[in-house]
Amino acid sequence: MDRRDFFDKLAPKSLKSRTQKVNRLDVNDPALTPLHITSGLNSYTGVWTENEVIHLLERLSFGAPKEEVDFFKTLTPATAVDLLLNTTAVPASLGLPIKSYSTNTVDTLPNDPDWGVPAGSTWVNTSTNSGSVNFYRMESLKTWWFYNIISQPRSIEEKMMLFWSQHFTIEFDTVGYGTLCYKYLMLLRQYATGNFKDFTKAMTLNPAMLIYLNGYQNTKTAPDENYARELQELFTLGKGPDSQYTESDVQAAARVLTGYQVNTTTNTSFFTSSRHDINAKTFSAFYNNQVIHRPLAADGPLEVDDLMNMIFNQNEVAKFICRRLYRFFVYGNISADVETNIITPLANTFRTNNYNIKPVLDQLFKSEHFFDVLQFGAMIKGGVDFLAGLVRECNIKVPSKTNPLLHQKHVNYLTNSILVGQEQNIGDPPNVAGWKAYYQDPTFDKNWITTDTFSKRQSLINTLVNGGYSNSGFVMSINAVELAKRMTNPGDPNILITDFNTYFLRRTLSQALRDSIKTNILLTGQVQDYYWTDAWNLYISAPSNLNNYTVVNNRLKQLVLYFLSKLEEYQVM
Amino acid sequence: MQRRKFIKNTAIGTVALPGILNGFGVTAHGENSMLSNLLTPGVPNDHILVIIQMSGGNDGLNTVIPLDQYSNYYNARTNIAIPQAQVLSLTGTAATGLHPAMNAFQAMYNNGDLCIIQNAGYPTPNFSHFRATDIWMTASNSNEYLSTGWMGRYLNSDFPGFPNGYPNATMPDPLGIQFGSSTSLMLLGPSIQMGYTISDPNAFINNADGGEDVITPGTPPNDKLLYVREISRQTQLYYNSVKNAYNAAGNTNMVTYPSNSLANQLKIIARLINGGLKSKIYVASFGGFDTHSGQTNTTDTTTGSHANLLKILADSTKAFHDDLKLMGKDNRVLGMTFSEFGRRIKSNASGGTDHGYAAPMFIFGTPAASSIIGANPVLPANAGVNDNIPMSNDFRDIYWSVLKRWLCQDAPSLTDIMVRPYTEKNICSSLDCGGSDFNRSNPEVDYVKAYPNPSQTQSVIEFETDGGATVLELMTAQGVKIQNVLQHVYDRPKMIRVTIDMTKLKPGMYYLNFQNGSRRQMKPVVKM
Repeated sequence: MDRRDFFDKLAPKSLKSRTQKVNRLDVNDPALTPLHITSGLNSYTGVWTENEVIHLLERLSFGAPKEEVDFFKTLTPATAVDLLLNTTAVPASLGLPIKSYSTNTVDTLPNDPDWGVPAGSTWVNTSTNSGSVNFYRMESLKTWWFYNIISQPRSIEEKMMLFWSQHFTIEFDTVGYGTLCYKYLMLLRQYATGNFKDFTKAMTLNPAMLIYLNGYQNTKTAPDENYARELQELFTLGKGPDSQYTESDVQAAARVLTGYQVNTTTNTSFFTSSRHDINAKTFSAFYNNQVIHRPLAADGPLEVDDLMNMIFNQNEVAKFICRRLYRFFVYGNISADVETNIITPLANTFRTNNYNIKPVLDQLFKSEHFFDVLQFGAMIKGGVDFLAGLVRECNIKVPSKTNPLLHQKHVNYLTNSILVGQEQNIGDPPNVAGWKAYYQDPTFDKNWITTDTFSKRQSLINTLVNGGYSNSGFVMSINAVELAKRMTNPGDPNILITDFNTYFLRRTLSQALRDSIKTNILLTGQVQDYYWTDAWNLYISAPSNLNNYTVVNNRLKQLVLYFLSKLEEYQVM
Repeated sequence: MQRRKFIKNTAIGTVALPGILNGFGVTAHGENSMLSNLLTPGVPNDHILVIIQMSGGNDGLNTVIPLDQYSNYYNARTNIAIPQAQVLSLTGTAATGLHPAMNAFQAMYNNGDLCIIQNAGYPTPNFSHFRATDIWMTASNSNEYLSTGWMGRYLNSDFPGFPNGYPNATMPDPLGIQFGSSTSLMLLGPSIQMGYTISDPNAFINNADGGEDVITPGTPPNDKLLYVREISRQTQLYYNSVKNAYNAAGNTNMVTYPSNSLANQLKIIARLINGGLKSKIYVASFGGFDTHSGQTNTTDTTTGSHANLLKILADSTKAFHDDLKLMGKDNRVLGMTFSEFGRRIKSNASGGTDHGYAAPMFIFGTPAASSIIGANPVLPANAGVNDNIPMSNDFRDIYWSVLKRWLCQDAPSLTDIMVRPYTEKNICSSLDCGGSDFNRSNPEVDYVKAYPNPSQTQSVIEFETDGGATVLELMTAQGVKIQNVLQHVYDRPKMIRVTIDMTKLKPGMYYLNFQNGSRRQMKPVVKM
């Protein structure tokens, strides 16, 4: 079944209607974007400049703040990747999503369990069936998630969370229980760089997933094939040419998975043997005609292990996951060269390491191919990449968690207003296939940029530079002067512009353009560099002098707007 | 007499206006929008303001030269002074002349298309390029910090709520247009930048202007960037309207412009105006006026870097004005120049001048008043290094007058835009804004008295000539000359009294056309 048939079939259930805002262009033609990269998986031993560091940071985490770039420059490519992949423990700094949606209990009712949760305490241990409470909890959960992204440590973990959330996709809105969605997110974190086979089994039995893909309704008398289908098509085997499972395999897998239910009070799934199909399940030649059959109903859970073993015996699993990783972290189009020189050896690594993710990431991110200069700036930033990158690179302050309501208002604006406007509503992708940018051949990441999302990006930056987003007495903004202060030598207009170029854009601007920016913006038409230097030094010598401050601030605001909003170069990573 | 000015004048007696315009037949069609504005108060006018920024601080004393104090002028700057004989003279005044490189401005002045504002500045001037530029762009006091530009505030007043609801049928085009890679503080409104930045309307890219780098397709990074740029262009609400205006059928520049960055900008502006773009404000800029040393060649002080800049200014501006005239759009366009400050009276030893106070501004275009506003600066006999030209025209008086007389702002919004009230000056016609015309219409400068008026038999006409060529004609309401009442060159200012015979005229409205240098007036007289 091809992708379009797949969507047509799913449409009534989980494909939401999306307003098509992008105007399709000829440049979508994949023939226009040949991949001239032939480098392979040999370890990268080339130069280690800001360019390579920023490439690594933007792809493996969110944004590349100057201070982080400076730090990683002191490492080597290998030690830098090692540091980013070192994700053994759940960071204590995460905290818990808290009840920030109400100062009192007016939003709920005295007989609802949420009534008893004080504002400022976590709600994750208290289940509720209330739709309105769960609505607020989803906002709380998403802002908690996004805050973790923008305050991330030096680690790939938050990026892997986003990767897995568009691989083992659920939609919070469909699941409906904040507590279950929280557990789902913690499962993504637990296995972020862990064992993929174990992860798949855990996800198969995860309560949120059981609800989202109807596993809890899958019984011997009325099998529901939804999860069994996605397990193979989207989660493990994919629909590549070598993935030859059949429709009867979907049905057989569905019967294997019968009997699981969800307890929304304890937030757990459980097996009910009376609902499990104890008959033999015979699979197709693709699976070597394997039969899964455990005659005792109570042994149903063992059949899940049998199913996992059968699926993971297929070489295609490793290839499919490696392609997914490649498209998410490196580049959308996979050429024949890349399939042969990158995907195939990576998949071998994956299988050799018993489906542990980390060795695959390690090999890919330390490779010549990953650091090929043609990869730099070859990906259009998604909504989260753009927004989290902007927040981190421009050091945009959000209110501290010590004021949960204020914190929630501002982070919620970023998460549930800006990110949603960027068509990347974390936790609620458009459908079970996730966001198109990560799978839709041949357009891939071009899907992120439409006339709508692009103008919203510009508008956000304009707002943040000119006054900021103000809510309840706190102003979230980009401070152009503080941003300049973080650069190497902001008093020298040439160095300042070179720094902005280096740290914000993946392409070196022409000397003519840099000169023009300098003359038009920093020098306001003057020809001598020292006018800027003098103005900057005056400001530094008396920072509280309004005149001195206004002079440099007026020009730096224009500079920030030019680099981040006017130049399209900021939209790629 | 220029048709435009005649039409402006006729508005004094508005009763006969439609007849006058009809009398001009086909050639008057270009005035239709103006006419409808005249007759329908409150309808947005189609006026356009073009601002030329001269970055660096222009040496005003070598631009507009006080011939009446030539020796003081010469002694203060012997190494860069323009020889008296080479200063370009202006019709109607012997006291003031122009730099020899500005023969184009001389011609415009003598044709009534240039108004010179003497000694423009503001109290407590600032010598910093940056701060002074910001003051001129925001129209603030010297010790006041405004975060919005004066043009941004004007556009916000005429187009409230922008960008919400824009573009729309009334304003389908950008409100203001500027050039290069920078968005100007001048066009920054209270909540958003009101200006739209272009370089080359065809590509929106001009490497010389530094808008963005040219990228060739073929590699993954370049292809992605080109894709984003394509989307970005579609995002630019005004991309098509600007491009379509520029490329409208038959739209081409009618004159050859000189080759320099200012002319390149003005050339595009003329085509956008001709193509029907409704943008109200255009900002062009060029730099290099910070002439601390070597502003003239040592062998010939009429040449050198400053002369080149003034020639660029005058030649480009005149080409633009001529272009607009041939396009038939000159009635809609008023221009204004400014520089962040002037320079010292006394030159320095390195053949240049240091940062100073006041300097002239120019108002140009067909609607411009043909006059010099304010007297020459008074130069000390032995100018010292710290001697400066004091301000005699506050530049915000000029902004105020442009807003009132040309952009038709009324009292409350005027004060909002300018923060506080300023003094109106006769820099241009205010006729289209429903005001009375400059010079001839202003009661304070009612040069011509006629009594009795209306009259059945004869009327006594009294006027004062400033000396020089003086003309008084009687014309019909249709603009047809009936009689040369007086034509004479007087050697000195003089009071004149003549009597005209009206017995043979049919009852109705007639006009007396009085011309004497910058003194001009159309005086309505009525035969009963």
